[in-house]
Amino acid sequence: MMRKSNRLLISFLYLLLISTLHPAYAKAKLNINIAYLSQEQKIPLQLSNLDPFVKNKGLKGAELGIADDNTTGEFTGQQFNLVTFVVPIEGNIVDTFNKDIANKFQYVIVNLNAEQLNTLADLPAAKNMLLFDVATLDDALRNEQCRSNVLHLLPNRAMRADALAQYMLKKRWNKWFLVIGNSPEDRLYAEALKRSAKRFGMKIVNEKTWEHTYDARKTTQSDIAVFTQVDDYDVLVVADDHGEFGEYLDYRTWLARPIIGTQGLIASAWHKTHEQWGAIQMQNRFKDKAGRWMEEQDYGAYLATRALGEAVTRSLSNQLNLIKAYLLSPAFALNGYTGAPLSFRNWDGQLRMPVLLAAPRSLVAVAPIEGFLHPKTELDTLGFDQAESHCQWTPQ
Amino acid sequence: MIKKTSLSLAIGLLCLSNVSAESVFVTLENDNALAVVDPIAGKLIKTIPIGQRPRGIAISPDYKLLYIATSDDNTIKIIDAVTFKELGQLPSGKDPETFALNPAGNRIYVSNEDNSMVTVIDVAKKKAIKQIKVGVEPEGITVSPDNRWLVSASETTNMLHWIDTKTNTIIENTLVDPRPRAVSFTADSQQLWVSSEMAGSVMVLDANNQQLIKTIKFEISGITADKIQPVGVVIDKERHRAYVALGPANRVAVINAQTLEVEKILLVGQRVWNLAFSPDQKRLYTTNGSSNDMSIIDLDSQTVTKSIGVGTYPWGVVVKP
Repeated sequence: MMRKSNRLLISFLYLLLISTLHPAYAKAKLNINIAYLSQEQKIPLQLSNLDPFVKNKGLKGAELGIADDNTTGEFTGQQFNLVTFVVPIEGNIVDTFNKDIANKFQYVIVNLNAEQLNTLADLPAAKNMLLFDVATLDDALRNEQCRSNVLHLLPNRAMRADALAQYMLKKRWNKWFLVIGNSPEDRLYAEALKRSAKRFGMKIVNEKTWEHTYDARKTTQSDIAVFTQVDDYDVLVVADDHGEFGEYLDYRTWLARPIIGTQGLIASAWHKTHEQWGAIQMQNRFKDKAGRWMEEQDYGAYLATRALGEAVTRSLSNQLNLIKAYLLSPAFALNGYTGAPLSFRNWDGQLRMPVLLAAPRSLVAVAPIEGFLHPKTELDTLGFDQAESHCQWTPQ
Repeated sequence: MIKKTSLSLAIGLLCLSNVSAESVFVTLENDNALAVVDPIAGKLIKTIPIGQRPRGIAISPDYKLLYIATSDDNTIKIIDAVTFKELGQLPSGKDPETFALNPAGNRIYVSNEDNSMVTVIDVAKKKAIKQIKVGVEPEGITVSPDNRWLVSASETTNMLHWIDTKTNTIIENTLVDPRPRAVSFTADSQQLWVSSEMAGSVMVLDANNQQLIKTIKFEISGITADKIQPVGVVIDKERHRAYVALGPANRVAVINAQTLEVEKILLVGQRVWNLAFSPDQKRLYTTNGSSNDMSIIDLDSQTVTKSIGVGTYPWGVVVKP
């Protein structure tokens, strides 16, 4: 009896304390449950041992974002809970989704490939969900293959290619030698590059597919010099998504020309050389937490959790329709440490964001490059603007 | 009669000489130095090495001491405002950027961005006396002229923390537009102005109840909204006008501080950052981070009269009469 009244008194005092500290947010805590779903990856063959394989790309970014959301939540009475599901290589993501995520979560950070993402997005259970895609770069997912319950946090290939093209146009590297690898991803990037070349009035004067070996000794000594004996060009643009030969091109081409694309000067949402606009704080905070550099998927997952946190804080709700409406509204502006407010394109769910152009040890430029103008926002000079988009969202 | 005239002439001359003695101090983030500018002559007088990556700067109420956050030295240096000798250092915590000096000049409040803290420093004892937990990435910080409030703005949490200066505890939290940067009280301590970089807005709050009075947005023809990123905000003593540095829009907005309407937009240097009035409030000085200069705005005519090259990445600015 005594105990009970003591407990009551304590909880009363606690409530009193909370309400004096935060009079505006004295209500009960609002819980927001978020699932993180990814699948274990096979360790890819690597060109060198310089870059160790990173196992938990994405997850660490989500964790940092949740921590930031909860710091805000301490003041606003919101609790963000992240539950992680990493499916084994031989596991079935649909099973995990249906069994562990469906009916339990409305917000899911998805770190999977394009095919897997759309498989999940089309499941009946995903109807009343919002999926945050932190991995795919596919242009099709922002066009014909778009889904109205998916938001994309990383720049797609067209945005990257446009960023590179803007820079090349500025440098007047108008004549491109396009070198394409053999993977489907390489062909997709090549398509995006061709679209950008056309868009910005550049010329692809040579185009070749890499047909030589991936053996470093043979490739570097003879193959590249022979392979690159083509008509004169300003810049070699390479599409080698998996890094199978692209790193060997620099310093070995027949003519002395810069390398740009997936190797050399690359286009990325985030890069370890990036320090401006408060990015240094982000880099430091991430490294303190994860013990490694922030990768793109980490950045995407960080932005996903921060976007959700921002929407919850502003709408004072965890309801899907309100959150989604806020995220797609003009009021939504997210800081991404890249010098411009980030927002979602309300025609394809793609995050509107600057693209960094980075050399291995220095940040070269940030696109949109100055001088590329747009009536609404310069960020829409990258990728598919509203008029170009083939995305037609079917109402859920 | 003659005596009187000559006396007033002498006073006039004295005032004039006082005016020309005015010095503007600008921290140069990339030069690791402090620029000393004579704004009347429109000249850079000298550049003094000051420490690694100097950013935030304040001057003591008696104008004898400068406090400069040298971020990469992880300290706030105390510098003699005449000889520029280093007199001591304050335990600011890691990577200090912005800080606030209270009106009495005996407390410094530092934003520690990396660990979401505000450090309270006893200036005389050169000791940190308290750390206050705030939101993620605290940046803008200020003390009200009546010393009632310390306000800290968290850039990532998008929140203002209203801290009682007597108890050093948070009394109230206010959500504001995305990425708040600078916070400034009006001279009567009745209003707090806060700039939000990502929303491109300035919010004016009633300091008595922390409620929003108005959100001011900016429109500049030929410049998209993304580029309008407000940073520094100052309000004149009479609360006639406020001035807002618009960052990469390369402009300063002139706001009628009574009606809260934008009156004029002035073109200054690139990535205009921080602002300071001359002691007589006849001029406004701006630091222009990307064009490595400062602009002088004549406030009577509301025109930019001069730009002076000061060094690379000019950041903070204070004025000594």
